[in-house]
Amino acid sequence: MTAPGASFPGAGALAEAGKLFALAADVARSTFRRPFQFREFVQQSWFIVSVTILPTALVSIPFGAVIALQLGSLTRQIGAQSFTGAASVLAIIQQASPIVTALLIAGAGGSAICADLGSRTIREEIDAMKVLGVSPVQRLVVPRVLAAMLVSVLLNGMVSVVGVMGGYFFNVILQDGTPGAYLASFSALAQLPDLWISEFKALIFGLIAGVVAAYRGLNPSGGPKGVGDAVNQAVVITFLLLFFVNFVLTTIYLQVVPAKGS
Amino acid sequence: MGVEVVVEGLSKSFGKQAIWRDVSLTLPAGEVSVMLGPSGTGKSVFLKSLVGLLKPERGRIVINGTDLVRCSESRLYEIRKMFGVLFQDGALFGSMNLFDNVAFPLREHTRKTEAEVRRIVLEKMEMVGLVGAERKLPGEISGGMRKRAGLARALVLDPEIILCDEPDSGLDPVRTAYLSQLLIDLNAQIDATILIVTHNITVARTVPDNLGMLFRRELVMFGPREVLLTSDEPVVAQFLNGRRLGPIGMSEEKDQATMAAELAHREAGHADGAPDEDVRGVVPQLEPTPGLPPRGAVRRRKDRVMSIVHTLPADAQQGIVASLTPEEQERYGVLAANAGGPALTPSPVPRVARLPETGRHSRGGGDA
Ligand SMILES: Nc1ncnc2c1ncn2[C@@H]1O[C@H](COP(=O)(O)OP(=O)(O)O)[C@@H](O)[C@H]1O
Ligand SMILES: [Mg+2]
Repeated sequence: MTAPGASFPGAGALAEAGKLFALAADVARSTFRRPFQFREFVQQSWFIVSVTILPTALVSIPFGAVIALQLGSLTRQIGAQSFTGAASVLAIIQQASPIVTALLIAGAGGSAICADLGSRTIREEIDAMKVLGVSPVQRLVVPRVLAAMLVSVLLNGMVSVVGVMGGYFFNVILQDGTPGAYLASFSALAQLPDLWISEFKALIFGLIAGVVAAYRGLNPSGGPKGVGDAVNQAVVITFLLLFFVNFVLTTIYLQVVPAKGS
Repeated sequence: MGVEVVVEGLSKSFGKQAIWRDVSLTLPAGEVSVMLGPSGTGKSVFLKSLVGLLKPERGRIVINGTDLVRCSESRLYEIRKMFGVLFQDGALFGSMNLFDNVAFPLREHTRKTEAEVRRIVLEKMEMVGLVGAERKLPGEISGGMRKRAGLARALVLDPEIILCDEPDSGLDPVRTAYLSQLLIDLNAQIDATILIVTHNITVARTVPDNLGMLFRRELVMFGPREVLLTSDEPVVAQFLNGRRLGPIGMSEEKDQATMAAELAHREAGHADGAPDEDVRGVVPQLEPTPGLPPRGAVRRRKDRVMSIVHTLPADAQQGIVASLTPEEQERYGVLAANAGGPALTPSPVPRVARLPETGRHSRGGGDA
């Protein structure tokens, strides 16, 4: 996959990134083109939910528990038990749940989208669609990207709730924390924007996972083997992008929104 | 009537791999053309370039005054509505049954009622012999059926240009013959410009008005069928006869050593399967099913070819003149006797559809 005239190292990667952004722009434009593919959107949302919801639940319970236990013992060491609840809720909502969501949206949802579009591409269905005067971006990619975004936001909400409940359970039952202190502390430190940034991150992660999966699916390197490679790459690329974007968003958020009580 | 497709100096490569260079040809309006070529010479790539799915680096593809290589995406989508394309594997939508596949273009681009859609779809399904299979999914049927369903879908909007990628591969000879007949009948009925990409020799000999061949990254020849069918060009002759002896090898090209070895084997009496007879020569062209209107293309092409006949090789001239009826020979001012030599046409009976003697020159039909 070298761009014509690639003369310096990284030129190929830059060209790929450019094409990825071009697809994203195309998706943005096509979102507002009638008729909106509502059926496809609902079907895809349902499909992505069905492949992600169980693994998400299974991952989020231990994840919440680990964070709660870790923070529980840490706060006890420094004598700040009263903040255990707040700290673990913040950690879960702001960091853990978008990351868990991202992993599952990319790993389960994105890979399914990429494999689906990839096999359609090598069966020439995509070409046939273009020749029949129908834009595959508007018809297939937009509903999938929007579905990934929607499901990502919903899953993030679910992970937050399950994670917080898991944290509460482990902290109160296993580490003998007091329920009152756990609940009281998070209204002392947590604030509503914490939830918004969490959902916003999830939305962006869904977008990235959807666009990357669609891009790799529409451009497999040829043959059924190419589709397998494309799926593989889509997941890895998405992970890299998601962790990077998470870092950027977190940094900006912490700069822009003052922490409560400071 | 179909439209003319002009290709000028077209070159396409993927990265460093050149597929073909400097291809120039004209698909005359309303005529049937066949592009031959060994596997892997870029026939499918050529077809996809013609509909703007792949962008050649150089050259032009002009349809109705628009250059497809450089026009905007939205203009491209407009132009594509004139096309009906049959992809190599049918390219049906896997999630829809055959009926919905064929109905897809109608539902997308017309405001027809569901009853009308149903009528048109069933008509096309009958045309390609798929009645009764409407509810089947593409994954449940044979490759040949997928191909025929793909053709039905390509025809449903009455296209002006029909492109078929190997309509015969995966079909048995009988079905291939039916499909050839179907394409010729279609041409008679809607006068569409048709390009068939194939490596089936029977299709190449009997179906088209014009014949071309891609090999070794270039267009070896393109012109009236008589020219290629009588050609001495080694590549063309080898391909039409389907033999090993000649420049085409198992991989793209043959080296001198292989060529010499094969020749030596032959001298030593090795029978390599292919019959020794030479199948070249102008054979009668497929005609529309009786009852259908005669193909306008036959007449237009004859006018066009007769205007350039003196520039063609002698063998081709003989073939062309021999295929004219006495009236036509008179009209064009040539005599079969002039052609001399052994008549290449096996059938002495004139096989050209008789046309009403109306205005001499018909519309369109650019030079090839
Ligand atoms: N999208 C593509 N990317 C890279 N190479 C391609 C692509 N499509 C076709 N090719 C290459 O172009 C050549 C010609 O392919 P094709 O047109 O399918 O041949 P055929 O004449 O058998 O239809 C092959 O070598 C193939 O590998
Ligand atoms: Mg091909």
